[in-house]
Amino acid sequence: MNRLYGPLDDVAGDAGHVEHPPRVGFFTDTSVCIGCKACEVACKEWNAVPEDGLDLLGMSFDNTGMLGADSWRHVAFVEQPRRTAHQDPAFAGLPTGPSGIPETAGAVEPRLEAAPRGGSELGTNPLPPGGPEPQELGMPGFSRPGDLTGPESRTDFRWLMASDVCKHCTHAGCLDVCPTGALFRTEFGTVVVQQDLCNGCGYCVSGCPYGVIDRRQHDGRANKCTLCYDRLGDGLEPACAKACPTDSIQFGELDELRERADRRLAQLHDLGVSEARLYGRDPDDGVGGDGAFFLLLDEPEVYGLPPDPHVPTRDAPSMWKRAGQAAAAFLLAGAAAFLAGGRR
Amino acid sequence: MNSDCIVIMGSNMAEAHPVGFQWVMEAKGRGARVIHIDPRFTRTSAVADTYVPIRAGSDIAFLGGVIRYVLDNDLDFREYVAAYTNASFLVSEDFADTEDLDGLFSGYDPRTGAYERDSWYYEGTEPPRDDDGSRAKTFSEPFQAGASGAGVAGAHLAERDPTLQHPRCVFQVLKRHFARYTPEMVERVCGTPQEQFLDVCRAWTTNSNRDRTTALVYSVGWTQHSVGAQYIRAGAILQLLLGNIGRPGGGVFALRGHASIQGSTDIPTLFNLLPGYLAMPNVAHTDLDAWMADQRTGGHKGYGYDVDAYMVSLLKEYFGDAATPENDFGFDWLPRIDGDHGTYRTVMDMIDGKVSGYFVLGQNPAVGSAHGRLQRLGMANLDWLVVRDLNEIETATFWRDSPEIETGEIVPERCRTEVFLMPAASHVEKEGTFTQTQRMLQWRTKAVEPSGDRRSELWFAYHLGRLVRERLAGSTRERDQPMLNLAWDYATEGGHDGTGEWVEPSADDVLRRINGYDLTTGDLLPDYLGLKADGSTSCGCWIYSGVYAEGVNQAARRKSHTEQGPYDAEWGWTWPMNRRVLYNRASADPEGRPWSERKKLVWWDADEGAWTGYDIPDFPRNTPPGHRPPEDATGPEALSGDDPFIMQPDGKAWLFAPHGLLDGPLPTHYEPHESPVRNPLYGQQGNPTRKVYGRPDNPSNPAPPEAGSEVFPYVLTAARLTEHHTAGGMSRQLPYLSELQPALFVEVSPELARERGLTHLGDAHVVTSRSAVQARVVVTDRMAPLRIDGRVVHQVWLPYHFGHTGLVSGDVVNDLFGVVEDSNVFIQESKVATCDVRPGPRPRGPALRALLDEVRAAAGITVETGTRIATAPGVAHTEEGS
Amino acid sequence: MGVRTWLGSIGASTPLGSWPVYRQLTGADRLGRGAAAQSPRHVGLRPRTASADRVAGSVCPFCAVGCAQKVYVRDEEVVQIEGDPDSPISRGRLCPKGSASLQLVTGPQRLDKVRYRAPYATEWTELDLHEAMEMIADRVVAARERGWQERDAQGRRLNRTVGLAALGGATLDNEENYLLKKLFTAMGAIQIENQARI
Repeated sequence: MNRLYGPLDDVAGDAGHVEHPPRVGFFTDTSVCIGCKACEVACKEWNAVPEDGLDLLGMSFDNTGMLGADSWRHVAFVEQPRRTAHQDPAFAGLPTGPSGIPETAGAVEPRLEAAPRGGSELGTNPLPPGGPEPQELGMPGFSRPGDLTGPESRTDFRWLMASDVCKHCTHAGCLDVCPTGALFRTEFGTVVVQQDLCNGCGYCVSGCPYGVIDRRQHDGRANKCTLCYDRLGDGLEPACAKACPTDSIQFGELDELRERADRRLAQLHDLGVSEARLYGRDPDDGVGGDGAFFLLLDEPEVYGLPPDPHVPTRDAPSMWKRAGQAAAAFLLAGAAAFLAGGRR
Repeated sequence: MNSDCIVIMGSNMAEAHPVGFQWVMEAKGRGARVIHIDPRFTRTSAVADTYVPIRAGSDIAFLGGVIRYVLDNDLDFREYVAAYTNASFLVSEDFADTEDLDGLFSGYDPRTGAYERDSWYYEGTEPPRDDDGSRAKTFSEPFQAGASGAGVAGAHLAERDPTLQHPRCVFQVLKRHFARYTPEMVERVCGTPQEQFLDVCRAWTTNSNRDRTTALVYSVGWTQHSVGAQYIRAGAILQLLLGNIGRPGGGVFALRGHASIQGSTDIPTLFNLLPGYLAMPNVAHTDLDAWMADQRTGGHKGYGYDVDAYMVSLLKEYFGDAATPENDFGFDWLPRIDGDHGTYRTVMDMIDGKVSGYFVLGQNPAVGSAHGRLQRLGMANLDWLVVRDLNEIETATFWRDSPEIETGEIVPERCRTEVFLMPAASHVEKEGTFTQTQRMLQWRTKAVEPSGDRRSELWFAYHLGRLVRERLAGSTRERDQPMLNLAWDYATEGGHDGTGEWVEPSADDVLRRINGYDLTTGDLLPDYLGLKADGSTSCGCWIYSGVYAEGVNQAARRKSHTEQGPYDAEWGWTWPMNRRVLYNRASADPEGRPWSERKKLVWWDADEGAWTGYDIPDFPRNTPPGHRPPEDATGPEALSGDDPFIMQPDGKAWLFAPHGLLDGPLPTHYEPHESPVRNPLYGQQGNPTRKVYGRPDNPSNPAPPEAGSEVFPYVLTAARLTEHHTAGGMSRQLPYLSELQPALFVEVSPELARERGLTHLGDAHVVTSRSAVQARVVVTDRMAPLRIDGRVVHQVWLPYHFGHTGLVSGDVVNDLFGVVEDSNVFIQESKVATCDVRPGPRPRGPALRALLDEVRAAAGITVETGTRIATAPGVAHTEEGS
Repeated sequence: MGVRTWLGSIGASTPLGSWPVYRQLTGADRLGRGAAAQSPRHVGLRPRTASADRVAGSVCPFCAVGCAQKVYVRDEEVVQIEGDPDSPISRGRLCPKGSASLQLVTGPQRLDKVRYRAPYATEWTELDLHEAMEMIADRVVAARERGWQERDAQGRRLNRTVGLAALGGATLDNEENYLLKKLFTAMGAIQIENQARI
């Protein structure tokens, strides 16, 4: 009861919802995502989320950049000079030279560094892990492109797409640190900000291990995905999941989604897609498992997701313990001082 | 969804038709192989099993290669081919192939740039009288054959060799024609490595047989070429050879790009057609009989023969009681066409001062049509322009903010065009039907009344007609009689303007009249089979007859797919007669049995004495498989029981098209009008019948063997993004879409970036002889160079959605393209051209014109460049006064 | 009377019952992160579609796939447009453009009044809708006359005008295209085209 970390079977019950519906969430199967961004638009239309800037970011087809107060869904696009097991090499036999991905990443990097927050808001990281160093691009090459058919010519390519969203953690850092009760756990087990209670303190922003929640510029209040709390009240699925053309975003009862995800993972592994993995599925992870979890085709970092997120309150008991020791030490020190003074 | 393999070519389906793509993903999830063949690695490629690179404009070479692979390895579905196609028909002795004439067919006349097609006929058949290819070319005749197929006299009398061995039978002609389309040649022309090409061949053929079917998907990546119609012919031939037509999971899918673009072809706002693909009368049609004779130039078989009933019923709907047998049902009131009145010709006529007024209705030609500058200069030379749209689009504001204002070519104070910009009602503010890409009509109900001055086009057309009729009232002039006798008495309903004279016309009533009535009883017709040529029926569009069967708006049906069978017959209504799969008689063998249990669709039920199945049979219901008609039968009665292609004059699908196409009976690879390479297959470089407009305001980049092509060394192609819609009028104005793709960019490969010194996210400009367009550079591995005929060729791509108004703006990519058209259908080649790419922003104002003068001079471009459409004889086709 | 009993007796009859601290102390949500923290506004929250006066069956106006839409109307305003799950074509799904239909229909970019640009003018002016229609009809009649062609050089009947042209139709309804083609044809105007040619 009232645990702050580890697996938790009944999140809504734990939050005081005596009779409540089953916990719901999203399973996003990125292996069938076509990067259309219907989820982003459907979300904004339903929730009247404002437009979030008209900048060409140069991160493949991603011009949203990151989740934030005005982007509750974000589709990441990752271009990589490698391929998935079931796909044929895209450019085999063509007169290609070396990949340009490191160079484009190099061009984008300064923009990302100038982003207001560091870390998770990178959204998508176009740099492949272990790739070559960025090079200056802008000088004409000395070799003709057709000459480059040696080992450095690129043959493999894949384009990963993934729609990211608030994870609706089992142990939600944002909720645990909210001092006003604006963030709360709903009867569906989801985490929602109540705008009428939010005072814009921003503790939740630093409390989120995924960098999801953010304050809106014009009023400073925190905003993020509500998993369409109002729609759930009428038995409707969230706007993004409803719109998703290829059913990459699946909504449902969390237990059922986890089973579905396990089956899909096994299917992909059978097809030889050994790099497929689930992210946020495990109730033993640092946030007690996510209400919105994913099937990914690469390391989480590739998609801009933290590899080992954990709720800040996971450390709270030990912190209290340390605080208690500190306080005791202080008392002891004071007593010692008193005693020492008394001896005088 | 029933497919075992899906080949997507000339289409970026995941991006342009994402919701339709769910069925591809579902098929893939069940094990179907998805292959994407495209110049670019797109979001479709990203989820396909196989991506196959190809040079833009070389698809016929690729498809021809697959056809050769099929024929050489005896992989065709022989029973299907022998029974259902014209493979066994003998071709005339006079026919000469591109093999014999270095890329030309017999009958070419270099002076007219057209074919005399007499030699293309079957042995033992007569060419129709007056089969003049150059005349047909002037008004896009093949398009007029739309739904009913082209005619061939006495096709049922043609000589046949069922063994397919005769050297002049279609099957053998096909073999010879494609003999040189070897994997090596495919690699040379398309840049597709042989191993990848052969992999496609293997996948396509192993998934096409009795038990398996392959679907072929295309879009405007195939149509917008100077050989566009033949791209689709090549795809169709291949699918016929493999038995993939009329069968579940097979087919050729044309994915169209606008909500009712199919409807606007069926009920055409097109110059050479009347509703239901009936030919617009031309000057040779002195009366209804002459018109009728022309439509039946030969076919006595199939439903196309009943064209008299369709035409008379249309005239009865147009002119009501005033259409009588005595006055030829008002046929003479129809205007006659005698040449090209297509949209591009009309725009040039505007520039030449021949057109006074122009209506633009829900379209944005200043951005969306090829050669945007030509479009805008045309509009600047009108008396008046009416633009009706949801938003303020570039076409309405050309006099204020077009690029020609900056260059000084249009000066507002000296531009006389009067412009009316009228707000249109949106799709939820009016009722009516859209016809989607698989011929399904779906009715929309009105959600709310339009506010302010927003009105439907129905209201606009109805009241404009009313006002013009008022102005002509009492006239006795002959030319005014069609207006005065026009049946314009549509029912009305109270709308925004109340019930007075500006009342809203009833779309429901219009749809009823499109469906048609039995005028003797006043009943709505159940289908087109009941149409009569004696004036006792009226029908606005014969192929749509049945949409209001039994007095029910069938298009408004919305029974959930969860409550009905796999072919969902009670959702909307599909022409013709609610059939989902056309020519589905071919899903059964000649004896009427399904080819396999797995691919069962329609079959003969001997006990019932009728065709039955999951879909509505596309065949005379009670004609048994073994039926052989009497010699003198006509129309549907002349169909044999194994003639699935019921609109064809011979009941067979045409591998070889003896009639109907202007640029050859078989598809042949021609280089695009603008190409960086010489045609490796033939001496003939480009389509020898393509329609060129040799004018100073429509220059072409040189293509080999002309000199100067090296000035424009790269292949240019343009297409859509998921996040925007066509010319942007419905997307660049919306914040939620604009933020997703906020700027015009040009995609280049890392190799090209190095070659031209382009930096990621920096500026560059793409240059052709028409214009220079500035865009942000996106260097991406998704673009890759190809090796074409021994040299490296780069392709560059831009999305064409941008213009100067809206939340996000950018140069008009269509300004880069010139106007050159496919001769069959007058669709422009805007999927491929040549260009140069230069780093940095483009020059602005008069400096832009100076840059273009400079590149034109460097390439030696004159008004004759590109107009020598026959490579060897080399006659220039320029306009008078140029 | 214990504290708990006291709280219970006033909690039932006063707004104190909605005071989160009260609920936190009395309910199962001792950490105040769930039921106790829920503001009245968020209790029993319903979607705006639930309070629609009516729902119109429609079809997406963008591409040609023909996805079915449901248009929710409240107080004669469109409040939501989303996919219709009954459709065998789309099964309720919409792409980003289809999902932006609400903005397309209700956004501030929509034109509401006729705009008129006189010859040689540099700005728009306003014009009454019905007056605009009368002006256009006058111009149509004049342009038709100016471009009239009775016969060609060989004396063959043309019976047409080349004075006026039209472009558009792929975004219009079948019924609208039908009337436009019929009207143009009766006027003798032949240069009518649409996106299908492009």
